[in-house]
Amino acid sequence: MTATQDPGVATPTAEIGRDRRRKEDQRLITGRTRWTDNLTLPGMLHLAMVRSPFPHARIASIDTSAAKQSTNVVAVYTGADLAESQGACINAWPVVTDQVTPDHLPMPADRVAFAGETVAVVVARSAAEARDAAELVEVEYDELPAALDLKEAAAADSDNGVLAHPDLGTNVSAVWTFDSAEAGTGSDVEEAIAQAREDGIVIEREYRQQRLIPAFMEPRSVVVDPTGEQITMWSATQIPHILRFALAATTGVPESKIRVIAPDVGGGFGGKLQQTPEEMIAFAVARMLGKPVKFTETRSESLMTAHHGRDQWQRLTLAATKDGTVTGLKVDLLADLGAYVAIVGGGVPVLGAFMFNAIYKFPAYRFTTRNILTNKTWTDAYRGAGRPEATYAVERLMDELAAELGVDPLEVREKNWIKHDEFPFTTVAGMEYDSGNYEAATARAKEMIGYDELRAEQRERRERGDRVQLGIGVSTFTEMCGLAPSRILGQLNYGAGGWEHAEVRMLATGKVEVVTGASAHGQGHETAFSQIVADRLGVPFEDVEVLHGDTQVSHKGLDTYGSRSLVVGGEALVRAVDKVIEKARPIAAHLLEASIDDLEFAQGSFTVRGTDQGLPITEIATAVFASHNLPDGVESSLDSEATYDPVNFNFPHGTHLCAVEVDTETGQIKMRKYACCDDIGNIINPLIVAGQVHGGLVQGIAQALWEEAVYDENGTLVTGSFVDYLLPTAADTISFDIDHTTSPSTTNTLGTKGVGEAGTIASTPAVVNAVVDAIRHLGVNDIQMPCTPERVWRAIHSRSDGGGETAGAAAPHFDPSTGMSGTVDRAEGGAQ
Amino acid sequence: MIPAAFEYVAPTTVEEALQALAEHGAAGDDVKILAGGQSLLPVLRMRLNAPEWVVDLSRIPSLRGVRDGGDHLVIGAMTTHDAVGHDPLVHEHALLLTKAVTHLADAQVRHRGTFGGALAHADPAGDVGAPALALDASFVIAGPGGSRTVPAGEFFVDIFETAIGEDEILTEVHIPKHTGWGAHYEKFVRVAHQWPIVAVAASVRLDGDTIAEARVGLTNMGSTPLRATAVEEALVGRPATEDAVREAAAHAADGANPPTDLNGGADYRRHLATVLTGRAVLAAAGRNGTRVPG
Repeated sequence: MTATQDPGVATPTAEIGRDRRRKEDQRLITGRTRWTDNLTLPGMLHLAMVRSPFPHARIASIDTSAAKQSTNVVAVYTGADLAESQGACINAWPVVTDQVTPDHLPMPADRVAFAGETVAVVVARSAAEARDAAELVEVEYDELPAALDLKEAAAADSDNGVLAHPDLGTNVSAVWTFDSAEAGTGSDVEEAIAQAREDGIVIEREYRQQRLIPAFMEPRSVVVDPTGEQITMWSATQIPHILRFALAATTGVPESKIRVIAPDVGGGFGGKLQQTPEEMIAFAVARMLGKPVKFTETRSESLMTAHHGRDQWQRLTLAATKDGTVTGLKVDLLADLGAYVAIVGGGVPVLGAFMFNAIYKFPAYRFTTRNILTNKTWTDAYRGAGRPEATYAVERLMDELAAELGVDPLEVREKNWIKHDEFPFTTVAGMEYDSGNYEAATARAKEMIGYDELRAEQRERRERGDRVQLGIGVSTFTEMCGLAPSRILGQLNYGAGGWEHAEVRMLATGKVEVVTGASAHGQGHETAFSQIVADRLGVPFEDVEVLHGDTQVSHKGLDTYGSRSLVVGGEALVRAVDKVIEKARPIAAHLLEASIDDLEFAQGSFTVRGTDQGLPITEIATAVFASHNLPDGVESSLDSEATYDPVNFNFPHGTHLCAVEVDTETGQIKMRKYACCDDIGNIINPLIVAGQVHGGLVQGIAQALWEEAVYDENGTLVTGSFVDYLLPTAADTISFDIDHTTSPSTTNTLGTKGVGEAGTIASTPAVVNAVVDAIRHLGVNDIQMPCTPERVWRAIHSRSDGGGETAGAAAPHFDPSTGMSGTVDRAEGGAQ
Repeated sequence: MIPAAFEYVAPTTVEEALQALAEHGAAGDDVKILAGGQSLLPVLRMRLNAPEWVVDLSRIPSLRGVRDGGDHLVIGAMTTHDAVGHDPLVHEHALLLTKAVTHLADAQVRHRGTFGGALAHADPAGDVGAPALALDASFVIAGPGGSRTVPAGEFFVDIFETAIGEDEILTEVHIPKHTGWGAHYEKFVRVAHQWPIVAVAASVRLDGDTIAEARVGLTNMGSTPLRATAVEEALVGRPATEDAVREAAAHAADGANPPTDLNGGADYRRHLATVLTGRAVLAAAGRNGTRVPG
């Protein structure tokens, strides 16, 4: 038998690089699948949370008697009732050894620290009855002053100002510093700045990274079933494995008695990289009652309490010589952690520390973040996690430097970036960049967007004094992805490793099951991993089944975030597949009656070199199943597993160019063109990559133009619904022009780099740079994000940064906290 | 997002609906009318309101559709935005409405939400109030004692408040024919699906190059939809040129008291109103100049 005779492996090697439609999409799009909230178990009870309307208050009393009498209510619990059983929300990344970390009980008994914190839980036979009864829980609060403003909170101490947690005596959770002179990776930045003040250029700016809400499509949902020997939790989470560990570590239930399942999960963007109070409360209630329980949050609860992202003030000092060579960068961050230090919340700004130098060869660099506690919703990873903030700052600064020098923004970048022939390159932040070609990506992006023609049009419009001005924004980004080498995580005091695990099971019928520890929640792992296995093992794409997200099926894993699944999990898979092939080799030799040294494996079959004798690996799987005729001493299994710990991050990059038109009369911004050339190494599935890039771009553009979580002076989230938290839709975007250059990663077999966060990281500064570029000649050098038409208009007319003009007027159009008063009170029944 | 429990009734005639309102209202119950649900349902689901009764008008056939009433159009209150937007009579005789509802919210809302429901809801940021006001619509309101007709100028009372009484139902909206008038609805938003920050509804009748008549309504420039009468008056007899129109449009915010919120301060809205009014009138007059963003 020869390989070519098997119709199942007709085109076995065309898989990598092929536009495969995603296997998972039919079930995800039609909803004919298992989302957590679809689950119904016999006797299952439903939870509703009673949440604090105040950002900071003592809980004086809670009267649950009326709620307990409500129809079909089984129990009502307060923090006092759960004190012994609820466990705690863990912080996995104390960024400094003396980090100030407030205790985070899922349901506090005495004091709430943000508006939306749970103070009681109602358990009823239906979700509607639970919600009805929750309205009947009477809570008396003694309001405390709330630390809301990040800068004020940073300046406060026990004697002056307001503390988010008065007993801690400070709002400063951690101060983390990286200094290139101290680390030996570069020189002293203060010297560079002093020198530049003398005979060079110093650019000093302060930028705001506004607070964002991840706003995943599927609200969080959890079902806990304590029936039987194990407690099973289904949760709409990105991190089933880490969650199991956290449940065990904080409740005392042995890890072996806990099974966590993340079924199909509707998006996360980092927002489901969390061990949530709601999961812990559901776990505790199910154990107390011995019955299955479900909690599914409303969209309002999700916006208010699921962790937020970004929220920094960035003070930046860039030093350069007069010819535009950057000589140093100093970064001082204030990072708003919110009320608690979330699972990796304190580490998010630290991740950014390695990216402020971006693609440039700064000789001197100093980074400090002060992580500040406030009485707002906690913050943590959101698509990019630290890197978008860093990229924004440096890419905005490079434009400012170009403006100062009066040169094209691409020229100043090229002067400072790492040249293609300088890779691998160790940066001033101590990272070794694996590969890249900034020249090639930039040349291609310029060609795609028609850069020179746009610049000509821009000049013409400026000269004409056109009402509509054109701006061209540049972002030559890089990022570190593939979290992460465990040793580096250890050096950073992170509580876990960064490896990933994969397993390949050869079934008797020749089908293949792949088990991965990376837990997909919309990325397309099933498709991409099937392509890798089909390519390497030479089996049909359709014959590969990818299993994930269940700690009983996938017993080891570190889940999905930080653009790690393919570059870490994919490499683990490659290694597991290679082990399968090696286990099959002696069996093939035996069955083909050939010497093992004469065997070649290609296109799914072992062949004897120089003959037409061959045996597909699928048939070997069947032979192993029967085990009637195996060589002596050979195990009756081809199944293999591998755990891979990356030796380095990898560093995708790209040049993003954006053209916007700004209506100087209204401040309205209209995107005209967006072109990007990303280098993400080798590509497994271009269609999935395009989806990641497009979605990432929209999310990054949304930070530049639309999204912001706004609190009022009472600590109430005024952007508490999608009426006021402006998520873009397809109607708000344009058709993106995307392309790739290819510098294969040198740190993994497939030569791939991460792509999940690239678009988000790159696009925000490209857009803001474009907006500022359009009106710079009118005396504007910054617009605070989001660049609302009002801010742009005010900047043009006051020649300032346009920020804060309506800061005191944080009124939503649709206010879930106080009600649309007119609607509620109006006499008529007229409703549309 | 589960509303509090309520009783639900879906009458099939206006008389039955009025009877339900009278009966439950008299019993002291809070009654809400469901007329598409695009505002009421979110309010109920977020538990911002918890009526005892909801009277659903969707099964009353006589409240749907557009017909020719001679010198005016008759639009049934329960006609969906989508139906209004695609109606040939509306397009011919009240082009401004066609323009205003075509980009109202999103397709789902346009297929569920109703013209009368939106008018009765009286959100000053809603897209149908200003055009109805500008076109001198009159509102037929049925009550226990029969029907009465309220002119547009008296219909909108305050934010979320109209002339419709507690025991009454809006049944029809009469729109005087503006056959041959040019029209444009200039809507200023940050993202497509949001309520307008400011919008301007403009319709003009040209006599040669001269503006013979003009109607201008403003969305979200006060507690009710507004009529920019100063602009209308200033436009009459003027040429439909950019200079003349902009000069007239400078009066757009006269007397307006717009809100301040996340999307803009009152002064910004006043400024927008003048700019957008100029653009809307020029577009209505077929004088679209340079392409503008947004």
